[in-house]
Amino acid sequence: MLAHYGYKDGSGDYFIIIDTDKCNGCGKCAQACPYQVLEVIANDYDIEGGNMASVREEQRKKIKYTCAPCKPITGERKMPCVLACEPKAIAHSW
Amino acid sequence: MITAGVDVGAKFVKIVFLDDGKVIGRAKALVGFDVGKSASDLFESALKNAGLKRSDIKKVVSTGLGRESVHNMPPVNAEEVVSEVVADAAGAFHLVPSAKTVIDVGAEEGRGVKVGEGGKVKDFVINERCAAGAGTFVEAMARALEVKVEDMGPLSLKSTQTIPMNAQCCVFAESEVVTLIHSKVAKEDISKAIHDAIASRISSMVLRVGVEKDVVLIGGVASNPGFLPPLKKELNTDIIVPEYPEYVSALGAAIIAAKDGV
Amino acid sequence: MTEVKTQEYWRWPEYRYTVQGKDWHNAKSITVGVDIGSVGSKAAVMLDGELYAYSVMRTGGVSEDTAIRVTNWALEETDLRMTNINYVVGTGYGRVNVPFAKKTITEIACHARGAHYIYGPTVRTVLDIGGQDCKAIRCDEKGKVLSFLMNDKCAAGTGRGLEVFADLISVPIADLGKVSLSVEQEPPPVSNTCVIFAKAESLALLRQGWPKEKVAAAYHAAMADRIVDLLTRVGVEKDFVTTGGVSKNAGIIQRIEKLLGIKALTPKMDPILAGAIGAGLFAQALHEKELGLR
Repeated sequence: MLAHYGYKDGSGDYFIIIDTDKCNGCGKCAQACPYQVLEVIANDYDIEGGNMASVREEQRKKIKYTCAPCKPITGERKMPCVLACEPKAIAHSW
Repeated sequence: MITAGVDVGAKFVKIVFLDDGKVIGRAKALVGFDVGKSASDLFESALKNAGLKRSDIKKVVSTGLGRESVHNMPPVNAEEVVSEVVADAAGAFHLVPSAKTVIDVGAEEGRGVKVGEGGKVKDFVINERCAAGAGTFVEAMARALEVKVEDMGPLSLKSTQTIPMNAQCCVFAESEVVTLIHSKVAKEDISKAIHDAIASRISSMVLRVGVEKDVVLIGGVASNPGFLPPLKKELNTDIIVPEYPEYVSALGAAIIAAKDGV
Repeated sequence: MTEVKTQEYWRWPEYRYTVQGKDWHNAKSITVGVDIGSVGSKAAVMLDGELYAYSVMRTGGVSEDTAIRVTNWALEETDLRMTNINYVVGTGYGRVNVPFAKKTITEIACHARGAHYIYGPTVRTVLDIGGQDCKAIRCDEKGKVLSFLMNDKCAAGTGRGLEVFADLISVPIADLGKVSLSVEQEPPPVSNTCVIFAKAESLALLRQGWPKEKVAAAYHAAMADRIVDLLTRVGVEKDFVTTGGVSKNAGIIQRIEKLLGIKALTPKMDPILAGAIGAGLFAQALHEKELGLR
């Protein structure tokens, strides 16, 4: 399942997309994030169990701002969450 | 040599007359429904107040959202248009030669500009098209709080506790403010939360170009005394606010006019 | 048909309903789904996966109390007791709390399941436009979520945005869609999606002499554009259905259908129940799992 967390407002589209089929719930992305944007939760989308990474509820409406420091205008873009994920389950739409 | 800079903003038109690097006149007026007419009416009255004729002005450069409305259009007849970030950098650099980072927060846009050699633009980031990212947010919240816009800043400075604001949208925040008022939360604390929120948004954007001293804050919202303290805290640096901060972009346009005119 | 309508002048009608001709004593699984929304709360009682009774009421200040009240009201006139209920699943807005629910499932998943029940097993894309949020859900033939997106940060593209606009042009919100469709030629959409800026832009258009219908059309066009952008992110596959309060605005829905080149299905029952029905169906699956039947 592709979970898109974030929003679209007048200034653009800002979504962190987590592929829960690829995600193994290891939590390395959550640990790598300097701003506590991510967390690991129990899968509450279906009756099967398992854990999955998710964007914290209180962060979902401001990820453009919280993630801004990891997206400099110039220079190399190194996003800790994406780099930490081995199964490549996490992506940013911007 | 006299030049003029016209900054046709989303809410206000600002005009600066410059004579060999010295400001000899300033004017400001609300932008009405006819943007071009508001700008040209102000220009005419500004000329009169400064005792000048259009022919005394060697060159006019326009900037701002409505810059095209006075470009080659009588009577302002701006000969050149420049983007806001270019004008911001030029104006801030003229006032603060050590400026490396310029933050411009206006009615509808927030900008972060990295200043390079000679006041040119090195990098920039713009927070646009969302009312929660600029001065409109403070204005809308002032309406919800039933407080005058100019009183919002001083009110926030009297706050005694931090309260969280969940809404990140101007429209939803208005409803949240109403709920907070009904829950008997003090207006000072609500105002502080509002200023904290907008400072947080602006500083996040500025971090994308990197914060390098000296940091200069300009634009209409720079005059809001409640905005500076949380912004300083978020960026963890001193911030210089020049005199007449909302005119700096127009000043920059006038300086560019002088440079090219030589 | 037992239908009870309670109306106080300052409320929208609350209602409950019992399907006739069903006997719960024969049911293997009696389950309840409770959906606590930001504005309205719904409870659905299912017998072996078939809708038996439901209630719709306004969400009160304390959501736990609302959960109890809406469930009790659904059970009223069925002679079912809470002790007869095999499994309760709660769902809804934010960190919802249904104290007597054995499990909480997200509203996204419940909505997809419920949409399948209401519209049929051909549903693959669900668009929910509510008062304060907008959801786009892709699901498979069983109603399982394949992809989803929710936007509750920005008022543009929600009922709230329409409320602001209705105020601006002084048209009752229930008539807004119809008014927007009464133009002869579709004007270009307003250039700002932000409700605050779109409002200022619309005011300028009114002052320029644009009639209300034209301004309404321009705003609805911009809102439809924006919603389609969100839908395109998850992808749209037939059959396409809409739920939520704004799905009753023909001005928005028709423009979305036109942009997508796909028509939405018409519902067999009130789509407001999608979340509660979905939760009730999840409850049935979980009960069967408990009994070792799955």
